Amino acid sequence: MSYEKPLPRIDELSRPFWDAARENVLSLPRCNACKTFHTSMEPWCSRCGHEGATWERLSGRGRIWSSCRFHKLYYKGFAGDVPYNVAMVELDEGVKLVTNIVGLPNGTLDEMPIGMLVEAVFEAVTPEVTLVKFKPSASGTGDVP
Amino acid sequence: MEFDFKPSNSVAVAGVATTDFGKLPQHDTASLGIWAFREAVADAGLTPADIDGVVFHRVEDYQKFLQITNIAPRLVVSATEGGRMFGSSIQVAVQAIMSGAARTVALVYGNDGRSAGARYGGQDDSYGTGSDQFWAPYGMTSPGAVHAMLHQRHKALYGTTEEQLAAISMTFRKHASLNPKAVLQKPITIDDYFAAPFICEPLRRLDYCLINDGGVALILTSGEHARDLKQKPVYVRGMAQRSRFASGELPEDFGYAAMQDVSKRIHEKSGLGRSDVDSLMIYDNFTPIVVFALEGFGYCGRGEGGAFARSGALALGGRYPTNTNGGHLSESYMQGWSLNVEAVRQVRGDLGARQVQDAKVVQYLQGGPMITSIMYCEEDR
Repeated sequence: MSYEKPLPRIDELSRPFWDAARENVLSLPRCNACKTFHTSMEPWCSRCGHEGATWERLSGRGRIWSSCRFHKLYYKGFAGDVPYNVAMVELDEGVKLVTNIVGLPNGTLDEMPIGMLVEAVFEAVTPEVTLVKFKPSASGTGDVP
Repeated sequence: MEFDFKPSNSVAVAGVATTDFGKLPQHDTASLGIWAFREAVADAGLTPADIDGVVFHRVEDYQKFLQITNIAPRLVVSATEGGRMFGSSIQVAVQAIMSGAARTVALVYGNDGRSAGARYGGQDDSYGTGSDQFWAPYGMTSPGAVHAMLHQRHKALYGTTEEQLAAISMTFRKHASLNPKAVLQKPITIDDYFAAPFICEPLRRLDYCLINDGGVALILTSGEHARDLKQKPVYVRGMAQRSRFASGELPEDFGYAAMQDVSKRIHEKSGLGRSDVDSLMIYDNFTPIVVFALEGFGYCGRGEGGAFARSGALALGGRYPTNTNGGHLSESYMQGWSLNVEAVRQVRGDLGARQVQDAKVVQYLQGGPMITSIMYCEEDR
């Protein structure tokens, strides 16, 4: 069965992210000067202004910064999933990613409170694309948002 | 250097107009703009030839507009789609008048979102930097979902509730019931709010604004000129802006720091404090942004916006009647423009059933991402 959900528009700048994800590694550009991780693939650091970043591996551990649950269908590929959750996860390294939380009994917002500890899981959806999703961490639930 | 808002160089609103709102398929954005422009010029007691500057917002074919209105302004600026460009548009107009670049500027807005089938979210939506890479594959899309996440976090940090959001929706709807032009006029109950389906949980349909067709125009000129015209002048006593785009679509502080800066500057510039304000107009594409704006602009303590909204303060008869036309939630999503017309009409004092008694000062608040505030006042000092 073909994969019907939106796929990332992979370009030259973002290719390293998706190449790493296919190897089950979470990797992002990190400023060579101030060592801040970014989700922007451009070489300029929004924190210190330095030009130059290096792709580095992240721990894959973080906590839920916020979440929501789509009931309205915006992409037909999600027709079998509504309502489905989307979360913003703040990684231990300080950078935030939009993702889905998997491994919950029902996937409700109550099951994914803000502050909950999560860790990355890798879901190959096509031969080219592996999505980085998150599941509740074995080390339990955080209590500080 | 910032522009000084002083009586010797004052700017006033001399004319305003709003078209009908709803489904108006016979009009494109230029046509909606022309409709509003002609009425606003007449409202001011001017003719189109008196207009020597035009600032367009969301009017796609401004060339057609200028051909049909047959005017030759000295200044033409066009801002793209997106309510965020409201404040920038009006700022250009105010500064053009203050600097002498133009004497009388028309601000013209046209929105054919309903007939054109404008969609916020889904395929081809461009909301969110990098959304085609990092949002869409996870099903994340639309400004509404961003506000859902912001509210969800605000709720966890401060205890804001959906009952409080419902109060905002219900209050503005009640105001809309007094506005014959509002798209939705039937009052709603708390049961109606909770019976409405989730769009992006925790937000429901009644937390979302109404996409419609419509046009809005304002005529700005010098205070000196406005005093010779048909209407009572309504002075722009101050305006201030600050971008918070740098902090992304989901700012850690809900835009608080940038709003505090804009708030401080607008009170300094206008010489008018919150205690002088009789009514508020708050950009309300979604209910949570009203909560954030009330906090950021200091109308309540941080984290208390929900409780403040539910206290009745925003209702007609309350301390700060807000969005007396029904706002974007119940009148129509006119991206800030009709809220500013409503501010002017409140100061003029001719709004009938929804008139705020003795309204002299009305403050406009836009909580993001181009944070804006404008102070409208019946006096120039």
